[in-house]
Order: sequence, then structure tokens, then C-alpha cells
Amino acid sequence: MADLTSNFIGITSPNPFWLASAPPTDKEYNVRRAFEAGWGGVVWKTLGEAGPPVVNVNGPRYGAIWGADRRLLGLNNIELITDRPLEVNLEEMKRVKKDYPDRALIASLMVPVNEDAWKEILRRVEDTGCDGVELNFGCPHGMSERGMGSAVGQVPEYVGQVAHWCKKHSDLPVIVKLTPNITDIRNPARAAMEGGADAVSLINTINSITSVDLDLFAPEPTIDGKGAHGGYCGPAVKPIALNMVAEIARSPEMADLPISGIGGVTTWRDAAEFMALGAGNVQVCTAAMTYGFKIVQEMISGLSQWMDEKGITDTADIVRRAVPNCSDWQHLNLNYVAKAKINQDLCINCGRCFAACEDTSHQAISMSEDRVFEVIDDECVACNLCVNVCPVEGCITMEQMAPGTTDPRTGKVVEKEYANWTTHPNNPGTCAAE
Amino acid sequence: MTNNALTPGIAAGRLDQTAYADNFSDLHPPLDHHEALVAADRCYFCHDAPCITACPTDIDIPLFIRQIATGTPEAAAKTILGQNILGGMCARVCPTETLCEQACVREAAEGKPVLIGQLQRYATDTVMEKGTHPFMRAEPTGKTIAVVGAGPAGLACAHRLAMKGHDVTLYDGRDKPGGLNEFGIATYKTVDSFAEREVTWLMQIGGIILETGKRLGRDMTLDQLKSDHDAVFLGIGLGGVNALGLPGEDKDGMLDAVDFISDLRQSNDLSSLPIGRDVVVIGGGMTAVDAAVQAKLLGALNVSLVYRRGRGRMNASGFEQDLAASKGVRIITNASPKAVHGNGAVREIEFEYTDNDLNPTGETVRLPADQVFKAIGQTLDGDDLPALDGRKIAITGAGRTSIEGVWAGGDCATGGDDLTVTAVAEGRDAAEDIHATLIS
Repeated sequence: MADLTSNFIGITSPNPFWLASAPPTDKEYNVRRAFEAGWGGVVWKTLGEAGPPVVNVNGPRYGAIWGADRRLLGLNNIELITDRPLEVNLEEMKRVKKDYPDRALIASLMVPVNEDAWKEILRRVEDTGCDGVELNFGCPHGMSERGMGSAVGQVPEYVGQVAHWCKKHSDLPVIVKLTPNITDIRNPARAAMEGGADAVSLINTINSITSVDLDLFAPEPTIDGKGAHGGYCGPAVKPIALNMVAEIARSPEMADLPISGIGGVTTWRDAAEFMALGAGNVQVCTAAMTYGFKIVQEMISGLSQWMDEKGITDTADIVRRAVPNCSDWQHLNLNYVAKAKINQDLCINCGRCFAACEDTSHQAISMSEDRVFEVIDDECVACNLCVNVCPVEGCITMEQMAPGTTDPRTGKVVEKEYANWTTHPNNPGTCAAE
Repeated sequence: MTNNALTPGIAAGRLDQTAYADNFSDLHPPLDHHEALVAADRCYFCHDAPCITACPTDIDIPLFIRQIATGTPEAAAKTILGQNILGGMCARVCPTETLCEQACVREAAEGKPVLIGQLQRYATDTVMEKGTHPFMRAEPTGKTIAVVGAGPAGLACAHRLAMKGHDVTLYDGRDKPGGLNEFGIATYKTVDSFAEREVTWLMQIGGIILETGKRLGRDMTLDQLKSDHDAVFLGIGLGGVNALGLPGEDKDGMLDAVDFISDLRQSNDLSSLPIGRDVVVIGGGMTAVDAAVQAKLLGALNVSLVYRRGRGRMNASGFEQDLAASKGVRIITNASPKAVHGNGAVREIEFEYTDNDLNPTGETVRLPADQVFKAIGQTLDGDDLPALDGRKIAITGAGRTSIEGVWAGGDCATGGDDLTVTAVAEGRDAAEDIHATLIS
């Protein structure tokens, strides 16, 4: 069984699975249960300034979308940072870290954008023995209305400034947690790096309304007839998070910037995907909130098995493995030609490929009177929609055409050489050299 | 309780009251809301779906299942009932395993089809529990039509004609409408007086006058009906029962399965129904299974269902055969009735082994029998009917008979599979043809 020991910006943990700063990490009781269950690290629920803590709503603070069997696909929350006194949290963190010295314990912080406030909170958390701090520039609801959370994360200058203050006033490793509610995630990431941050973590939650009560005509979750947007997370956000992680990882200037991957990590496979796209470790919240802390056991066993099968002995060797293959559209090989192929032995004759192709794509699938569905190579552009809508895994595949053969759709011979849009004759901005 | 399964002869009250209630409760308990959503989610919404083709009434099954999945079972019910006004009963009694669910691509893929029948029931039950009727009657046309027989074919025909604005008089020889839905189907398939409630619900369309106790040939003639109405539809079913043609067939205890099933359906106290300790059912169709299973459920110790050919030739579906076996019915195949033994009442029935082509082997076997239920088919009963093709009323197109202005459908007519659902389709299609003829 592979050794999953993780070293993220000098912070070691027995595995790369951390619990994200969120409701599951709000109290000593929960965190002890998490560590007993096997989590490698915990980012404690975000701490605010000393003094009267924030308050939460007293109505529903979560909303969700589900699949047909109530499988939770996406979760939305309007909970704020910890609503317990700072002193209580600090004492608990200290006790927990003392009892679990091998686990990572990170303090998530959110105070107003002024140097003294950050200096003060850093001074206080250092005493807990925590392994690092994470700056919460992500929460998109409530705190952002007060100039914190995503209100900071959306302004790269603020991100860089606060990161700088934190490095100036503390020796602790600094992770900057980014909001996805921004056009180009690379800007705040670069600002964090230039401010001196040791790492970024992403994504925080996405602005969202999960649904509308069609009797009340009010967004859900609804409190006394009104609803406010919340932050969206869970399996539904994973593709968005993967892309944002990759965007940072493949930026040459940020190639060495460590990333803690967050966003819908539910299984070991999700974790491996985040890591392959550049994350040094992952943080999990919704999956734990849905199924409890025990899920980490599957993540541990699954990642170990996969690493063994791949002959990978160090989690660090997963990190960035897929980054070189992240490309731009303009650099994709236009001489790669494929055709859909339907395995008639596996086909159950549902006709979904036909309906999808006939109605919404290229009319490249034929249907016989006795419901045999076949690809018309003359029309197939290899769009993959038939593969995506087919209910039978492996029934429809995309088969590459061998160089030298003729594509019956275009009548052109498939070229062996790579060629992309930048040199394509149809490109008015072509930069082709003669 | 003085009787039990071991009590010799024919006896009532072999079980305690809870056993009767359990035995005759719903065969397939209805899906609850969440179960329906989960079941609906399994539908792939196939293109030109094979299940639609397999449905004799051409219900758009993927559409109604999607309507359930999106929280509008009322719309789903309208999709169903627009094609099959007895969609509630068909959801209960259709042999879905040989129709829509057999055609379901998930049957091919996994051997586990989408639960189309149970989803159909979920949708139709939703509407019927609300008591609403999703269809409006058109402006009156002034045309009158006699529909003879208030079974599935007649009900479907009457409803469709009434919906088109015609005035319908619906005649039935019994004192209660419903036909085989009311009298001919196992109790556990249609509990809580469903057939009766469905007819009441169906009649909400308006424009249908129900005349019970009026039997063709006894209380009225076809000529009279023809002269009094603009059109006549015959959905009279098969009133006669085939005989075994054996000596001793009139001994006590030799009974018609259809009468046994009917008595069960109309009984308010199952513990008062006498049943033999040793029961033999002769036949291989749905009626035979319904009789055999219910004999067992009434507390008979030994029930044998005896069919003269092999299992594969039985009209009862595999599901029905398995149901019978699971209830403890012994299915004996390749045995043809040869003689009835007994002094006054049947004591034993003798069979001769036969191959699938009914060639006798010469070997015989005797089964003890306090009661024998004959379920070897029913026949058309009546005089002065339109021309027959074989033993049924000959029809062309959508139920047209040899007599102009007279249509026929359901079990009494050629075509169809003697199923509720095919009867509904034929009644509906004949109504459309009658309508087109009358307004042209």
C-alpha cells in the first residue's frame, strides 16, 4: 500500500486529504472526530477578530440540488465565519494540535483589510501551535457585504497587500484562499504570490441560488419569505474548480506556486485529478457534510490502490502530471481525425445517440427499421455527443483514423503531421511561416 | 375457526381473517412518491421507444415517465388516459412483462426493465384520488350510439364517443358494469373495488347512460338497437364457457373457473367461500392461473394446475407461472383430462400424458380432487350476430362488422389477444371510426 504522506509547503500530514475551513471544522469535538476518522489535516473554521462574534441566521442556512434518488449534487450555504468567541476557538485548536501533532492544523482567518487587524490575529493564532494560516478571501455571502471574504479576493491589490502583511508579521506559512467569483482566477493568484504567499487554495464557493420556491416565489433556502445568494459547492462545482486550478498551474510564472485543491472533491479519483492538474493536496467539505468523516477511508484506500497500480510511491509524483497536457484550443491538433463507432453487441437500441445527433448535431447516425443504429462516417465530426448521451459505458467509442486514410466527410487524406489553428489557411490572423 | 387446510372435502373458513386479508391484498403495492421518482429516473427516454410500439394502446411511455420525474403526475396521467381511458386498470392487470416492459431497453441491457406498469399506476392513481377527470365533452352532436357490453372494450368505446359529443347508451347484461375488470380478474390484482371506482370516474365525462341488466338476445335485439340508434358497438365478450367433453363432467365439484373468480371478486367475506382441500385447475391461461392462485390463497391444501401441452405453450406469461409456483401451486404440464371419477361428486380426475402435439402416451395419472375448475377458454354466446370468422365476430379495419352501422371489439371480435389493453384499444379505435362515419 502506497505511502500517502504529504508535504505541502513544509506542512506534513499522513495523507493529502484535509478538511476545508467550513462547518465540519468549527469545533474541537468535530475536529477530534475527523482526526480519529483519519483525515490528514484540518483547516479550522474561519476565525474573525476578537470581540463579539458574528451571528448566523436562525433559519435554513443550506440549500441543495439532488439527483432523482436524493443524491446530493450541489450544496449552497449562507453560513458566516465561526460564530464562537475567538478565545474558545484558540484554546480548542491548541488542545487538538497538542494531541494530534502528526496532523496538519491550519488557522483560517478573516479580519478587516488593515494591517493592525491582521497583525493582531496572527499574533494570537501563532500561540496555538498551528502549522499555518489560510487567508479567507473567498466567502461570497454576508462577510463580503462587510468588505471581507470575496470582496477582498476580487481585488488583486488587496489580496497581495494582505498576503504581504501576513508574511511580514508572522513566520507561519501563508495560504491564500481564492474566490471563483471573478473573471480570471490568475490575477488574484498572481497577486497572492507576489505578496509573498506560500500557496493558494481554491476554489471557495460560487455565488448561487439553488432553486426558487414556486409557491412563495422566493429563492431557496428561504428565510421568512426572502432568500439571499449563497456559496455553491459539492460535486457540481468540480469541473469549474479543476479548470481554475489548471489555469494557475499552467501559467509559467506560477509554475512553482503550490496549490491546495478544493471544489467538489468526493472520492479518491477527484483528489487524484486535482493533484494531476497541479494541486499539492486537496481540501474536502461537502462530501464530509453529506456522508460523514468516514469517507476519508475510501479516499485513502482508493488513492493507495491507484498509486500502487501506477507504480507511484509518493503523492508528490502525482502533482502536475497532467499540466503539460493542458493546452489552448488554438494548439489542438486539427489533423487528429476520429469517428464514432457503435459496438452493436453492447448497444441496447435506446436510440438516444440517434435523437441527439439527428436533432442537435450532424445527422451522422442512421436508424434502420429494426432499430440498428450506425454511424455515418460521411457526416460524423467526432463531436462525442453520442458517447456522452449513451447510457451504456463503452458502447460508443471515438476511433482515431489512421494517417493516410481518407476522411469520407471531407474527402481529405488524414495527415500524419500535427497542425493547428495558428497555421490554418482559414485563420485570418495566421502566423504561418512560409 | 373450525376448519383448516387439512379439513377434507369442500369447506369454507380454512384460514383466519388476517390470512385472508394478507393473501388478497395488493399484489404490487403502489409506489410511493420517492419510489416513483427513482423508478422514473431509470427511463432513458428512448427515441421512438420500443415500449410505445409494444403497447397495444400506443401510450407515449417515455413522455409520461418524464412527466412523473418532473413532478407532474397529473400531466402523466393525461398522457396515459388520452390513449387508454382504462389506464388505471391496465396498470394493474396488463402482462407488462410480455408487452412494454419486455420491450424496455433496460430489459435487454440488465434484465431489469423500467417499472412501467407501476409508474402508470402511480400517475393514474394520483388523478383518480383527486377525483378529477382530465377530458371535456365536446358540443353535443345529436347522434346516439348503443354500446353493448360495459367491459373494457365497451367502456373505452363509450367514453371516446361521449367525449366526441355523442350520446351513448351503455348496456350490460349483468347488474354491474365493468365486465371482466369487475368479474374476471384475480382479486389481488385490483383491490379496493378499483374496477367499480374506475367506471364511476370514467362516467364523469357525461353523455353516457348506463343500462344494466340488459342482455343482447334476452332483453333486446340487434335490429332494435340498430333502428333506435345511429350506430351500435358490440363489446359483449365471450359469454360461454368451453366444456371438457368428458363423461362425468356434471358431477358436483366440477366448476367453471370464471364463476369461481367472479364469486371471489363479488364476495364481501372471503371466509364464507368454500374451497376444496384438493383442487385441480385445468387450463394454461391467465384465467387458470387466477383460479389456481386464488384457490391456494383461500386455503386449499393442494392445488394443481394441469395443462395439456408444455410450459412454453401456456398462454399465461412466465411471470404468471412463477407467481403461481411461488404461491404453492403445482404446475403439471403435458397431461390431458381423460375422465372424471367419483360417486355424485368428483373425487379424482384422470389425466393422460401427452406430448406437445397432444399425442397421447397411453399412460394415465389420477389426481385427488374435491373441486375441479375448468379454464379451457370461453366462447362467443348469442344469436343474430354479425358474420363470424371462426368463433368470433369478423371485423375489418377499426371494428367494422358485416352489418353496416354495427361495430365490434374486445374478446367477442377477431384480432386482439383477449387482454384488457387490446380490448381498450379496439373500443377506442372503433369509436373513432364511428365518429368519423357519423359526422362525414
